[in-house]
Amino acid sequence: MNELVALDGISVHFHLGGGGFLGGKPRILRAVENVSFAIGEGETLALVGESGSGKSTLGNVVAGLQPPTAGTLRFRGRTLDRATWPQARRSIQIVFQDPFGALDPRMPVSAIIAEPLRIQGIGTPAERRARTAALVEQVGLPVDALNRYPHEFSGGQRQRIAIARALAPDPALIVADEPLSALDVSIQSQVLNLMKELQERLGLSYLFISHDLAVVNHLVDRVAVLYLGRLVELAPRQLLFDRPSHPYTQALLHAVPRIGRKRARGQTIKGEMPSPLNPPPGCVFHPRCPKAQDVCRTTAPILEPAPGRAAHMSACHFKE
Amino acid sequence: MTRYILRRILQALLVLLVMSFVIYSLIGLMPGDPLDIMLASNPGATPEVVEHLRKLYGLDQPLMLRYLRWLQDALVGQFGYSRTHSLPVLSVLVPALIQTCKLMIISFIASVILAFILGILAALKPGGILDGVISLFAFAGISVPVFWLALMMILVFAVKLHWFPASGIATVGDGGFRDQALHLVMPVITLALASTGGFTRYVRASMIEVLRMDHVRTARAKGAAEWRVVLVHAFRNALIPVVTIMALSFGVLFNGALLTETMFAQPGMGKMIYDAILGNDFNLALTGLLFATVVTLLSNLVADLAYGWLDPRIALT
Amino acid sequence: MSAPLLEVRGLRVGFPRAGGLRHVVAGIDYALSPGRTLGVVGESGCGKSMTALALMGLVPPPGRAEGSIRFDGRELIGQSAAEWRALRGNRIAMVFQEPMTALNPVMPVGAQIAEVQVLHKHLGWKEAGENAVAMLEAVGINSPRERARAYPHQLSGGMRQRAMIAMALACEPALLVADEPTTALDVTIQAQILDLMLELQDRIGMAIQFISHNLAVVSEIAHEIIVMYAGRIVERAPADALFANPRHPYTQGLIATLPDPEQRVARLPVIPGGVPDLDAGARGCRFADRCALADAGCRAAEPPAEEIAPGHFAACFKAAA
Ligand SMILES: Nc1ncnc2c1ncn2[C@@H]1O[C@H](COP(=O)(O)OP(=O)(O)OP(=O)(O)O)[C@@H](O)[C@H]1O
Ligand SMILES: Nc1ncnc2c1ncn2[C@@H]1O[C@H](COP(=O)(O)OP(=O)(O)OP(=O)(O)O)[C@@H](O)[C@H]1O
Ligand code: SF4
Ligand SMILES: [Mg+2]
Ligand SMILES: [Mg+2]
Repeated sequence: MNELVALDGISVHFHLGGGGFLGGKPRILRAVENVSFAIGEGETLALVGESGSGKSTLGNVVAGLQPPTAGTLRFRGRTLDRATWPQARRSIQIVFQDPFGALDPRMPVSAIIAEPLRIQGIGTPAERRARTAALVEQVGLPVDALNRYPHEFSGGQRQRIAIARALAPDPALIVADEPLSALDVSIQSQVLNLMKELQERLGLSYLFISHDLAVVNHLVDRVAVLYLGRLVELAPRQLLFDRPSHPYTQALLHAVPRIGRKRARGQTIKGEMPSPLNPPPGCVFHPRCPKAQDVCRTTAPILEPAPGRAAHMSACHFKE
Repeated sequence: MTRYILRRILQALLVLLVMSFVIYSLIGLMPGDPLDIMLASNPGATPEVVEHLRKLYGLDQPLMLRYLRWLQDALVGQFGYSRTHSLPVLSVLVPALIQTCKLMIISFIASVILAFILGILAALKPGGILDGVISLFAFAGISVPVFWLALMMILVFAVKLHWFPASGIATVGDGGFRDQALHLVMPVITLALASTGGFTRYVRASMIEVLRMDHVRTARAKGAAEWRVVLVHAFRNALIPVVTIMALSFGVLFNGALLTETMFAQPGMGKMIYDAILGNDFNLALTGLLFATVVTLLSNLVADLAYGWLDPRIALT
Repeated sequence: MSAPLLEVRGLRVGFPRAGGLRHVVAGIDYALSPGRTLGVVGESGCGKSMTALALMGLVPPPGRAEGSIRFDGRELIGQSAAEWRALRGNRIAMVFQEPMTALNPVMPVGAQIAEVQVLHKHLGWKEAGENAVAMLEAVGINSPRERARAYPHQLSGGMRQRAMIAMALACEPALLVADEPTTALDVTIQAQILDLMLELQDRIGMAIQFISHNLAVVSEIAHEIIVMYAGRIVERAPADALFANPRHPYTQGLIATLPDPEQRVARLPVIPGGVPDLDAGARGCRFADRCALADAGCRAAEPPAEEIAPGHFAACFKAAA
């Protein structure tokens, strides 16, 4: 598989005030810390983790919406900088969680979908109209949708509009930030199928951000697990779900409710993810980890292949 | 918190410094300097005398230099003499300031209390009859000009009914507490009514919003009585935005106070500054305007502190 | 099985609209026994929260609840405001979905918990405050004394929900109504909260009505499950039976659309269309437009709930066959 996008040592720190005149100690929120991975052509990579683990921040970095504090981004082998971003931008599009907030209520659907084309100055107005009409059909909306406004559509349909807009500039990668979370259960599978179908037809890559592991298991090729801004596990889907290597991933998988299972008590990991404002020393997971030893409290583990599985990366001193 | 207050006070002092310069220059730019006025009443003065006086008062110096000299004195509490009153500025200003603050604080408290009662009552059943009546009252309070209200009050309660004296702060030869209080009634009502309308609408809007919030439902789900839900759970939350607006409008109230004082011939700050400017009483006008600025800055500071105190989510740093 | 604690008959919740009431809960029946857990699932807008609020007498005006709710041998519909207040937070308590907004932002959580006992047990604030600290500890909050003094925004989502639960259980209610208590939480925290609720149920013995849109969550903790669709109960069955043998086409569809962790398929089955507008023609089965089995009969009359196996009810003409 050819590499499409690669992240190399990406960190994102937010300065939350402090410092300066009478300001006290500066406060730095480490949302993403030294994350590296690559997404191949036509591949779907999932980004999973708890709320606040840095998924959206990382997704925004990939989509060019958030400049990283450190690290570089490669697209088709070229390092992205100020000069190369504009070209890459049309190839990387993003779909957000909230299909209600993401669409301008005063624009008809045709204008919404054509917007990225207009902004980037792609095609003549006539060409854009034709493309818009084709896209509406591609995402399974009725043709008369073009002249209607977002509020006239249901949540699932609005997410289709957002997907059509993302598809407009003919991207190679779509960053999908929790595209299903705001949708009804019975609608989720419709959108999920659409995403899969588009991928097969157009050879798209997805960076699929989600906290629903069942959906992740259904859709993706590889999974990246984030914890407190760190990449703790990166593995092909099957390996990850069958033999999770990192204790956090194990806990996460165990916590996912399953139909037909009765709750076995007392097997849930304790505690909560600490604040990214002052991460624990050593392995950031150690305060909650059932396997933690002294070394975990002092030395941060690095992401390395799990024993006997070259493609299965895990950042734990006692990985399985 | 202490650091926050310190920083805010420092900021306020900075603003005050800038304002003092602005006011100083503006007043300095007014046509006719103190000498012209002196000369007008004393046509016999020779050019030499004028020049001498000009030097004596330092009026031949550049503006910046004069300002700095004034500032030096002001910092140690020397605001100079009032020309028109022939008294130290502070002895003219302090009684006027007290008079105005008395009027403002009493009216402010009265209008706040009234606004809370009316606003909460209106919010209990938005669109109900009570809400309609209160909204009408609030609207009237906002639209009626202060001077008209003052005139009406004087006409009805002083001229026709003789309940209250029409003007001044005390009857000559009386001046007891009761007498002073009677003199304050109409100015206070006028000034209070002018701001009650707006306040009521803020309280009402804020209460309606809070009463719709999830935690109010939680309070009901606990089995709390309706009065408790409204007065304990909703009210404190509704207070947060309202208090800020109210404290900020304390500065605006100053304008109303000046107008009210004029209408009821009360010797407050408004009349004092007005007279000082007309009479080219440079020192008095300058100091009066500066104190007015201090009142506004103080009320802003109080607003911020109250906000932080009421809302635990705001960390004042 | 013991006598039911809660018996709901023909419950309807309506909101006035031009020319009558719009029933967002349109006649539902169920019962719940002490110490048991009832799961209620259904998609957004199907009436889960309104059903729960009806049990608390908290349907937002101008909405109205009609029908019958018998709790502990008493009829709740039509009782006085004072009777409702004596019940709420005391015998029936509720946990809400959004623990951030459901707690009073300007009151320390300890006081919010203590208030329940002040109201119902007539304790002083000091004693109730002490109990609140003990309760925070019981729901697994570390350093409960400090946390009791904290404001909601100073706690994490999981801790806030624990505090909500402590508040709901302050008077050891007979019935706990939990409206999506874990929906806003991460899976690991959700698992902790579910554990906690089950543990407290063992200790206090209350009945739980657990509302969720997540079938899997409900399946893990409920003894019996109700599936709601557009204001109606379309299926009601013991948990095992519901998943092993779903009878209503909607339940079948819901279960089928969930990705199965055991076997990956190229395309997930879908339920076509979307949830109907409650205003649209009230005749016939509300699911007919999305149902593969629907025929003229389904569109002509509303199917009644039939007991197709012991304790297993489905409201579908085709399920009985
Ligand atoms: N613009 C910002 N300024 C300051 N902090 C931010 C900003 N954006 C995100 N953060 C913080 O960075 C961390 C990671 O946030 P992010 O939104 O990436 O998490 P997430 O994994 O997407 O969570 P969720 O599942 O809740 O969407 C959080 O602690 C968040 O509060
Ligand atoms: N105050 C109200 N006035 C009118 N209709 C309302 C009101 N509150 C809710 N509804 C309607 O009642 C119906 C049921 O709402 P309810 O909140 O019970 O749904 P739910 O099943 O809890 O959904 P969710 O999963 O989104 O919480 C919805 O269609 C909603 O539009
Ligand atoms: S490094 Fe140690 S603390 Fe971290 S996950 Fe592995 S065992 Fe647990
Ligand atoms: Mg996010
Ligand atoms: Mg609900």
